[in-house]
Amino acid sequence: MSRKVYVEVAAVFTPEGTVLPQEVHWEDGRVYTIDRVLDIRHAAAMKAGGCGIRYTCRIRGQQTYLFLDDGRWFVEAHEA
Amino acid sequence: MDRKILHVDCNKFYASVECCLHPELRDKPVAVGGSEASRHGIVLTKNEIAAKYGLTTGEPLWAARRKCPDLVVVPPDFPTYARFSRMVRKIMADYTPLIEPFGLDEAWLDVTADSHSGREIAHLIRRRVKEELGITVSVGVSFNKTFAKLGSDYKKPDAVTEFSRENFRQRVWPLPIGDLLFVGKATQRKLEERCLYTIGDVACADPALLQAMLGKWGPALHAMANGEDHQPVVPSEQAAGVQSVSNGMTTPRDLVDDRDVQRVITVLAESVGRRLREQQLIGRTVELYLRDTRLVTTSHRTTLPHYIQSTGDIAATAFELFQKNYRWQQPLRSITVGITALEPDGLPCQLDMTDSTGREKRETLDKTVDRLRQRFGDACVRRAILLEDPALTSLSPYDAHTVHPTGFSGKLEDIYEP
Repeated sequence: MSRKVYVEVAAVFTPEGTVLPQEVHWEDGRVYTIDRVLDIRHAAAMKAGGCGIRYTCRIRGQQTYLFLDDGRWFVEAHEA
Repeated sequence: MDRKILHVDCNKFYASVECCLHPELRDKPVAVGGSEASRHGIVLTKNEIAAKYGLTTGEPLWAARRKCPDLVVVPPDFPTYARFSRMVRKIMADYTPLIEPFGLDEAWLDVTADSHSGREIAHLIRRRVKEELGITVSVGVSFNKTFAKLGSDYKKPDAVTEFSRENFRQRVWPLPIGDLLFVGKATQRKLEERCLYTIGDVACADPALLQAMLGKWGPALHAMANGEDHQPVVPSEQAAGVQSVSNGMTTPRDLVDDRDVQRVITVLAESVGRRLREQQLIGRTVELYLRDTRLVTTSHRTTLPHYIQSTGDIAATAFELFQKNYRWQQPLRSITVGITALEPDGLPCQLDMTDSTGREKRETLDKTVDRLRQRFGDACVRRAILLEDPALTSLSPYDAHTVHPTGFSGKLEDIYEP
């Protein structure tokens, strides 16, 4: 089961109007730099629920999804 | 050339949205239901798992729980459903600007101008809604709106059904006549008395016989059953503004006599009248929907020779309609009062030299009361009849008016071209 975690994100707004996330600020204060955005599309968050613009990001070599829904960013966190 | 019409139906919409947002609910029987305390405790929709237990829409929650003790009941969250509805429409808008919504969860699309086949577009929309929003739709593809709607009902969830000119006789005609949009219980009974059970039976019946049975609806129904439905898909922005204003409510207790009904009709007419005046409209067809304790709904309507706007006129007309039509076979649990055949206020009309009925006076009085209420709150001026049973009449439908799909343009000549 996954948990939906709303996170703080630093993003760049390109002149073309694309929003590109740069950093994810995790709940405990850790900051993850996004190395690369691999894909952007509207998609359902099958694990945590809900939907939004899904950014497929590479963070520290790992591929992960970051969602932007109604102005809020969230990730699907693995339940510890 | 034939048109390419799609009808998209979001399957078990409210329940699907809840399951999409709350994955922990996905493998449980879920019903979206109103508050039991204020007697809105009925099943609005349920998911597939709950449907397997035999739950039906409109069923009281206590009865639903008896069938399915593990049922998870979620209160409705209409703003979220509206948001999902907008997202579905945004996907549809990628294929055509001609989208006619029918409630939050259904819409007709005219994709004739697109180079892809209707079926291809239907599958694209079905896949995209599933991937992007996490809910499922069923899509009907046909050359008219009536058959497209039948198609989306034919196979669900997450499916596409096409009724073409080539196959509709084999696939549509065996369906029961009650499946056709607009054929309610009363019409169905009338047709069945003449051994007309399927859409095919009606399609092959003599239009003159149908006319004798159902009046002008007869030939229209005959045409629809034969696929001769020429109604255009009317995009919502083009729809001719507001087509009707109505308010309904399920009352905190059952209504048992005329006086009860008069009180509730007055509450509803207050809201309908006020909304009519706010939008500067007048109307002359008054509609009344009654739902009894067995959840059987009947509707009645009357068209007046003149336009009305005041609360008193609406209430009096609706109550007259009620007295003429209801025989108290059952207590009532829900009433809706509506007004249609709307025109802008200020339409030139035949005035009454002496205003013998006092209509002008009543309308002036209403406008004054509206202004007072705006300034000092709803409770500052009230009708005496509403003080008799505050428990019954304290709810304000004005604050939470229900939006009903206006649906088909309702013009017979669109369906049936003689």
